Amino acid sequence: MRRNVLPGLPLSLGVTLFYVGLIVVLPLAALVFKAASLGPEDYWRIVSSSRALASYRVTVLSALGATVFNLFFGLALAWVLTRYRFPGWRIVDAMVDLPFALPTAVAGIALTALFTTNGWFGSILGDLGIKVAYTPLGIMIAMCFTSLPFIVRTVQPVLEDLDPALEEAAQSLGGSDWAIFRKVILPLLTPALLAGVSLSFARALGEFGAIIFIAGNQPMSTEITALLIFIRLEEYDYQAAAAIASVLLLTAFFMLALTNWMQSRALRYTVRS
Amino acid sequence: MSTPVTRRKPPRVGDQPLFRRALIGIVLVLGAFLILAPLIIIGVEAFAKGWQVYRDTITHPDTRHAIMLTVLAALVAVPINTAFGVAAAWAITKFDFRGKRFLLVVIEIPFSVSPIVAGVAYLFVYGLQGIFGPVLDEYGIKILFAIPGIILASMFVTAPFVARELIPLMQAQGRDLEEAATSLGASGWRTFFSVTLPNIKWALLYGVVLCNARVMGEFGAVSVVSGNIRGQTNTLPLHIELLYHDYQAAGAFASASILALIAVFTIIAKVALERQGAGRVRRPALAANPAEKTS
Repeated sequence: MRRNVLPGLPLSLGVTLFYVGLIVVLPLAALVFKAASLGPEDYWRIVSSSRALASYRVTVLSALGATVFNLFFGLALAWVLTRYRFPGWRIVDAMVDLPFALPTAVAGIALTALFTTNGWFGSILGDLGIKVAYTPLGIMIAMCFTSLPFIVRTVQPVLEDLDPALEEAAQSLGGSDWAIFRKVILPLLTPALLAGVSLSFARALGEFGAIIFIAGNQPMSTEITALLIFIRLEEYDYQAAAAIASVLLLTAFFMLALTNWMQSRALRYTVRS
Repeated sequence: MSTPVTRRKPPRVGDQPLFRRALIGIVLVLGAFLILAPLIIIGVEAFAKGWQVYRDTITHPDTRHAIMLTVLAALVAVPINTAFGVAAAWAITKFDFRGKRFLLVVIEIPFSVSPIVAGVAYLFVYGLQGIFGPVLDEYGIKILFAIPGIILASMFVTAPFVARELIPLMQAQGRDLEEAATSLGASGWRTFFSVTLPNIKWALLYGVVLCNARVMGEFGAVSVVSGNIRGQTNTLPLHIELLYHDYQAAGAFASASILALIAVFTIIAKVALERQGAGRVRRPALAANPAEKTS
């Protein structure tokens, strides 16, 4: 290995480790420590209580629903934005980032206003017999909104870099558009799609601000896990809050590991020297 | 942006006019419903009770205090985070050391942790039932349910924002320029300010803009650690929730319109910076082990 002549390693690494330690690692370690201090029986009793289980159920199912919707919509959006040029496509491209830029509380009250029974969409859907606000469907819509950009923004660069020669070769061999999409394009997009899906799913699992306004927050039916933690805190039940928060934290770690694994897989196909 | 290719003999997959129009149509309609409509309704609802009510909300002392607090949190958290992001990017891209890959993952953690979990975690450090809580209480230092807690929680959720823009870019740029500058006798700081900084300034600004938007809009983490004391520890997003649950919908939307405006400006700044080349080197590089590239 070459000898490194650049200065600043002690300072920059010192600052980095200090900051990461103080801001990221210390609080999370404190949380894990607090949850661990419960002892296995109490811990298990809290995290497997029927109310907690119901909250995992509604959170995970809504996140799954939102992620599946975003998978199709996000892919279509990325496709339209890279393949087609139409008036205003730049504005649409910029607007994709709105869910990242708009504070979640703002998104929450805006979506609620749209989907309540006398809102713009809620009144129309209400006539069709579909209730969105204060139901799991509302939770799903809030999750769709906040995690949509993840899939678009992970798929878009891969789609942009796709070599047209591959499609041309497939076309010259007589493949139909659908066959080419399914057998040539989709396999190339899959790693990026999976990475986007896991990011989007992780975000949906942890989302709070956008959801609490539109969800009915009824225990056992429309209470997400993040809200249950918040409620335990308001009841000064810190042990229970720590235990349930540790479940979300472990899930986040799992999703992070999964995402990193998928991204490094995706990288095998996208990195060019 | 490359110029659109006009002369392509066999149309590419999905280029049949009918399919193309149908797909564009579906995507635009869904996008309008899911993304555009929420933005529009904020404006509509904010002015639903007229200009006077809007003005009264915005100029109300509680709202003004919330705005000030939000700005203060951003003024403290964003520069500190920026300094950290630059330091982390310098250490990670200019040097090889053991555990670098692990450090990258740790920096990314806040990105996948629920803001509520972050808030709870801070409670167990600085709260009365936390590690430092009793000691801090003894000396009368208030971190939780006060401004420092809000700033710390904001710093947690935005910790990766600047670093994650800089690291892929500085990795792609390599070390040659800095090594040349140092070998010609420039000091470390001089090398950074005259060689590295000009190359990363747009990406740095890009990260700062995104970080700022998130600090100003953070809700979950801040709502756990702030204590929601009206006129004292209420940031703008918390103030919105308070008004909303007080059945002051017009007031909530009026306050929300300020944050929505900031979001729109953030997006405009983002597009402008992307034209300068920021945000180009894409995220996946952050997860990669830079050592693999050179081999």
